[in-house]
Amino acid sequence: MIAELGHIALIMGLMMALLQGTFPLAGAAKGVPLWMAIARPAGRAQCFFLLVSFLCLAASFAANDFSVLYVARNSNTALPLYYRLSAVWGAHEGSMLLWALILGFWTLAVTIFSRSLTEEFLARVLGIMGLISVGILLFILLTSNPFERLANPPVDGNDLNPLLQDIGMTIHPPMLYMGYVGLSVAFSFAVAALLGGSLDSAWARWSRPWTLVAWIFLTLGITLGSWWAYYELGWGGWWFWDPVENASFMPWLVATALIHSLAVTEKRGAFKAWTVLLAIFAFSLSLLGTFLVRSGVLTSVHAFASDPARGLFILLFLAIVIGGSLFLYGLRAPTIKDHVRYEFVSKENLLLLNNILLVTAAGSILLGTLYPLVLDALGLGKISVGPPYFSTVFAPLMAPVFLLAGIAPMFPWRQASLRKIFGRVEKLVILSFIMGVTSVAMFWSFRDIQTMAGITMAFWLAATAVYTFWSRASLRQGVLSGFRSQSLTVYGMTLAHIGLAVFLVGVTLSSRYSVEKTIRMALNETFVLADYRFTFRGVARIDGPNYTAERGDFEVQQDGERIVLRPEKRAYHVQRNTMTEAAIDAGPLRDLYVALGEPMDHGAWSVRLYYKPFMRWVWFGGLFMMAGGLLSVSDRRYRLAAKRAESWASAASPKVAG
Amino acid sequence: MTLRRRRMLMVTAILTGVGVAVFLALTAFQKNLLYFYTPSQVAAGEAPTGYPFRVGGLVVPGSVQRDPNSLTVRFAVTDGSAEVPVAYTGILPDLFREGQGIISVGQIKSDGLFEATEVLAKHDENYMPPEVAASLKQGGKINPDYNAWRK
Repeated sequence: MIAELGHIALIMGLMMALLQGTFPLAGAAKGVPLWMAIARPAGRAQCFFLLVSFLCLAASFAANDFSVLYVARNSNTALPLYYRLSAVWGAHEGSMLLWALILGFWTLAVTIFSRSLTEEFLARVLGIMGLISVGILLFILLTSNPFERLANPPVDGNDLNPLLQDIGMTIHPPMLYMGYVGLSVAFSFAVAALLGGSLDSAWARWSRPWTLVAWIFLTLGITLGSWWAYYELGWGGWWFWDPVENASFMPWLVATALIHSLAVTEKRGAFKAWTVLLAIFAFSLSLLGTFLVRSGVLTSVHAFASDPARGLFILLFLAIVIGGSLFLYGLRAPTIKDHVRYEFVSKENLLLLNNILLVTAAGSILLGTLYPLVLDALGLGKISVGPPYFSTVFAPLMAPVFLLAGIAPMFPWRQASLRKIFGRVEKLVILSFIMGVTSVAMFWSFRDIQTMAGITMAFWLAATAVYTFWSRASLRQGVLSGFRSQSLTVYGMTLAHIGLAVFLVGVTLSSRYSVEKTIRMALNETFVLADYRFTFRGVARIDGPNYTAERGDFEVQQDGERIVLRPEKRAYHVQRNTMTEAAIDAGPLRDLYVALGEPMDHGAWSVRLYYKPFMRWVWFGGLFMMAGGLLSVSDRRYRLAAKRAESWASAASPKVAG
Repeated sequence: MTLRRRRMLMVTAILTGVGVAVFLALTAFQKNLLYFYTPSQVAAGEAPTGYPFRVGGLVVPGSVQRDPNSLTVRFAVTDGSAEVPVAYTGILPDLFREGQGIISVGQIKSDGLFEATEVLAKHDENYMPPEVAASLKQGGKINPDYNAWRK
């Protein structure tokens, strides 16, 4: 019964999405207020029905209803309730439902926080979101219905993929989807503005907080995913340039470019056309990400689904969304004019450069990700592009981005004097160079130029961020009033750029100075790795709720300090999968990582012992960037924006209606 | 700055960026492309020597031998028509087992031994790397739905 209820609710959701995607758009085009007024209630109703549908699926999981195919495939009575609930999005069908539900949440949010918008603009935004929803819901209903019943239900289910039975994998997909789908709001705003011909700084001010929130979730989702891969996949890497990771990283890069270019459009009214294009790109890449992961075209640990009908559907949907929006852009872009003037040396141009670099980086990742697929599809051979490609291309593109992130905030809008700026940063350049070189020489090596470059850059980012903030604050009399006078956006930017520095320190040091050993260890054998004495004390057998494990016992000693690490090798009963659970002693300056390999003769095991300096900094950098975004978005300017936009709306509406 | 000059500047900047990126990408591409070969192709001598590539197939049951003193493992992969001997030093992935479809990355030595630097197996019992499934189909001797063959 519950599953059927969920199915019906899903169909009702589609009906509401159809209402939301047709009448308001037509109403906005013809100027029929009644049709436009449908947008809000239809959006809210859609969200309600999707929530009901999602809860029905969750209830089927909670009740172990194995007559539902999706539940039977991805759950088991031995699975703890907590994982049974997270199993709702553990595989293809449920995660698409989650995608749709999150789009419903974003729609609901737009209907609530939109009092300042004109009815017409809101009708267009919600109409476009409704059309996206129609596509996704049709996809779910036609190709991947999670409520499908089994004629002969099994006694017990097939269990959730053991890799996903983990807290990191529980929160990672919802966060990532919040980011992916959140970009649909920026996209809908851009398309609505193109349709209505009302591209101005009020539009940018309106679109900016939504984009920021999506970016925050995307940042968190990617950081969580990287952290999960590090401890769960059992070989200590945190980024693999796997196509699925790339699929989330490309929208992030473009969204990062977008929040910077939105700032220019809002503050200066420049780059309008470019900003719109970025908004289209960002959401298109999110959809492409969904396609890559969900069509099963990739050789990837993440590709659980493989069904050509699904692939074809998403590809068609992708073509309609991207093609349609670019076509509209092509029609309307020539009429978009920037009336602002700025000099060659100005903040505007530095931000443009930052945008170009970020988009180019996203483009080169796209090339490396899609090229093998295209070759394969054309029958020209099967190739794979190794991680070295991505690091070779990515590093030189990112170096100038880091330089810019340090210096651009110091530039004034409109025009800047290079001499003045260089006068101000001269000392910072020398300072970060000396700090970078000497710290690496003191703690690591005299000759390691690569690390020195990385650390110098990190010092540069941190020093310029702090200096810029300080010089803004010190314009006021008294430090306290200076600090208080700064807007949260400035705090956010400073924190995010410091986060970039923290991330860079983590990447540089962990990649250059990790010590990794794969060895055979006999019982009570000791191995010394980077000053740490690892002693193997044997393995014991333990029982988990749905697995049995061999748990290793490792004693690690350094300078009288003693830690015990207990990595596990788990055998999951139902799917009969083996899983490596690494044991990690995490610290601010280093991680110790032990993973069991295979049992060998006489109680010996093959083991991985890793020493990874500054590993945490990678994820802390991500969290700092996210926190910076949070500060920015809570700026009271955006709450005031409502009032200003209202006056803009009343001024603009007669023109738009005519 | 006039509109025209600004536009020219923008175009130049974009072209330079794209140019640099394409140059870097193509250089890096050249170095990092890994081609996939089936065991039959390797046996026929079509695979390059002295250059890394990927070979994939099913691990031949009974072929896995571990060196008692080191972490070196030897095994053979097959597509049903030919077998390629593989040596790998290190810890094999959790799902590596006899009969499983795997992909290994490495180079072929003059004695015909494939020295793998990496062995990849899928975290799903029913999932077969697409390259391996295609090569089995091509060989025509093993059903790509290999569960039957394993038993």
